[in-house]
Amino acid sequence: MLTLTNVSKRFGGLTVLQDVSFTVPQGKVFGLIGPNGAGKTTVFNLITGLLEPTGGGIEFDGASLVGVPPHRITRRGLGRTFQNIRIFKEMTLIENVVVGMHAHLSYGLPSWLFSLPDFRAREKRARDRAHELLSWVGLDAKAHDIADNLSYGDQRKLELARALATEPKLLLLDEPVAGMNSGEKVQLMKVVADIAKRGFTVFMIEHDMRFVMGLCERIAVLNFGKIIAEGAPDEIKNNPTVIEAYLGREDDEETAA
Amino acid sequence: MMEWFDGFWSIYSNLVLTIGINALLALSIWLTLSCGLLAMANAAFMGVGAYTAAILTMNFGAPFPLALAGGIAAPTLLALVIGGPTLRLSGVYLAMATLGFGEVVRVTILNAESVTGGALGLNGIPQLTEWWHVVAALVGTLLILWRLRRSRIGRAFEAIKEDDVAASLMGIAVRSHKMLAFALGAAIAGLAGALNAHLTFFIGPSEYGFDRAVDILTMTILGGTSALTGPVLGALIVTVLPELLRGFKDFRTMINGAILVIIVLFLPKGLWDPQRLRQLVRRGAH
Amino acid sequence: MLEQQLVNALSLGCVYALFALGFTLVFGVLGVINLSHGAIFMIGAYSALQVVTRLGFPLWASLASAFFIAGAFGLAIDFLVLRPLRRRGAPHLIPMIATIGLGIFFNSAAQGLFGAENLRFPTDLVPDTQLRFLGVQISVLEVAIIVLSVALMAALLVVMRKTQLGRALRAIAESPKAAALLGINVEGLFYLTSFTAAALGGVAGVLVALYSNAVFPLMGQPMLHKGIAVIILGGMGDIRGALIGGLFLGFAEVMSVAYIGSTMRDAVAFGLLFLVLLLRPQGMFGKVLERKA
Repeated sequence: MLTLTNVSKRFGGLTVLQDVSFTVPQGKVFGLIGPNGAGKTTVFNLITGLLEPTGGGIEFDGASLVGVPPHRITRRGLGRTFQNIRIFKEMTLIENVVVGMHAHLSYGLPSWLFSLPDFRAREKRARDRAHELLSWVGLDAKAHDIADNLSYGDQRKLELARALATEPKLLLLDEPVAGMNSGEKVQLMKVVADIAKRGFTVFMIEHDMRFVMGLCERIAVLNFGKIIAEGAPDEIKNNPTVIEAYLGREDDEETAA
Repeated sequence: MMEWFDGFWSIYSNLVLTIGINALLALSIWLTLSCGLLAMANAAFMGVGAYTAAILTMNFGAPFPLALAGGIAAPTLLALVIGGPTLRLSGVYLAMATLGFGEVVRVTILNAESVTGGALGLNGIPQLTEWWHVVAALVGTLLILWRLRRSRIGRAFEAIKEDDVAASLMGIAVRSHKMLAFALGAAIAGLAGALNAHLTFFIGPSEYGFDRAVDILTMTILGGTSALTGPVLGALIVTVLPELLRGFKDFRTMINGAILVIIVLFLPKGLWDPQRLRQLVRRGAH
Repeated sequence: MLEQQLVNALSLGCVYALFALGFTLVFGVLGVINLSHGAIFMIGAYSALQVVTRLGFPLWASLASAFFIAGAFGLAIDFLVLRPLRRRGAPHLIPMIATIGLGIFFNSAAQGLFGAENLRFPTDLVPDTQLRFLGVQISVLEVAIIVLSVALMAALLVVMRKTQLGRALRAIAESPKAAALLGINVEGLFYLTSFTAAALGGVAGVLVALYSNAVFPLMGQPMLHKGIAVIILGGMGDIRGALIGGLFLGFAEVMSVAYIGSTMRDAVAFGLLFLVLLLRPQGMFGKVLERKA
């Protein structure tokens, strides 16, 4: 579904990614792991069009994503959450999620200007769908709270609901459980598993090994900007290069179990 | 009763209409702010609208509706032209760029003497603006902006204001939306300018410079940026206050400055802040 | 004669650069467009005038007074207005709006205190002598302006490039949060920057006041507009940009007055500004990227 071929990214003299190639298969949960600073979020930024690769190609559903502006990439079916949460703090939860539906709410000028039935029907559908998505992540009860008042863990869940609102074929999750306690992590694991069962393809970046091993059907490992392994969770767990990459780094908290 | 009203109107009609026109201007800045843009160029757009409309009626004998249309179209086109390169810039850069642009317009007007009368301005503009023109313009603008807010476009503006990168990843075409806010703001400011020109029968380049831009900004910031009532309220206060307190007229700019600082520091959402008002009401009810 | 024009351009450009430098420093380090910088410029001029006429200070002392008084105002503005907004985490436009308010407040206050007329420095303050240097005539005042501006700018450059302090400031410009994590006293350096930027602006005010022999409440406004043009031309937040942009503007203005006519003088700055915005909005040295938190 999503294929990166020999992707590299340089910032001035600094090479952040080198010859990165992997494929995210459709309908599965795919994980990208690696020690801190390996370049994982850069991969996401390249895929979603916030950055352009210095070299290599990115293909989604058979079409190249390189040079396509971010909002068009989203419209092609890629939804995303962020490592450092970027919810719209001053809006309510339900408004946050409804914003995600922007691209799918096509009504014309007369429609919204005169509050015609078409406008009202579409808006209602959007709000209903937003409630539904909020209930998937267990936040429906707080639908009219201001997003800024949410706990950290709840904010991450909100981002997830909002990303789902864009009706993605592929969901990109950037450290979805960072900063959560273990209870919240277990909860979210179930939520993501449910989402995957509904047919969404999920591509996640994560540090928490239990989370990754528990959910992902395929994993790629990034170290110092290069892919050092790709395969099923068990293969990765026992891969000596991977183990060395993690153990060899002092500043890493969690290692492969 | 009618007598009193006639008396009132003959003295204060200009003031009331000016409040209406200022409300339009404040709304034009409110619109751009609602998308996260600080367009200090709206005073310049007002000037472009004013001059275009005045030249149309004076030099070409155009009927008033046509002059108004020209007063709307000219600044809008201008906004579309300069919006392209400048809206790429983020918040503060854009504010600087529009400030600079405002000055460019002023200097251009100053130097295009044959057309604009240069520093002496245009005199003897037919006083075609009637009360119902201003009311219609204001009501129409309020309606459009109100409906806009409730549509996906208004939501997109708010998202862009908070975080334009996240907004783009929600599928929102950020540049197009910013351009819409910018151009529509210019259109409203141009309309206000055209109406104003045919009210005060004299316009000059100094009226559309930095002082005017600050005046409009003060109205919007004072009144409040959350709801549409804010800019209208701000326009009312800033226009009427110097009239009520005669001595204050001389200190008008100083007070504007103080208002901006005080509001920004202590009442960041302005006077008309629905959230805060709701809380006050709730507390009062106990 | 071209050489004569170049000399005029040099002194004018130096003052523009000095003013723009303060402006760009605050933007680079604090991330705020301080539109009260024009008022600070004016405050510097009035301070110098007051100490000369009321206290009988000589020229150098008046420059020093302007430096410190303007600097104090800059510091006060930062502490009383910008700091609370920083702590609140206000989006960038908000502090800018506040500085707009401060600027016009100070301008009006000056008008109220000193009147709107042009005030002048005593004629004996600066010797009137003209020097001949390489076949060009240059007044003592112009020499003083160039020397002082260059000295201040050079000092600033040295600090920024070669000292620990400069490194710390550049780190803050890159990312205040990261700098704080490195143990840099970010808040303290914000104060220092505000003071220094204002002090430089104040000195620029005195120099211009001496050069044009006029001190009036709104003298900072056209300067502010030129300052905006300079930093957009040179690239916001970049010191080299402020220097080169200032010199370039001085040069462009003088040349246009000499060869086109004086009416277009103010238009030059804005014409350039416009052109830059259309073709290369980030200016010569600016970055289009936004600054990280």
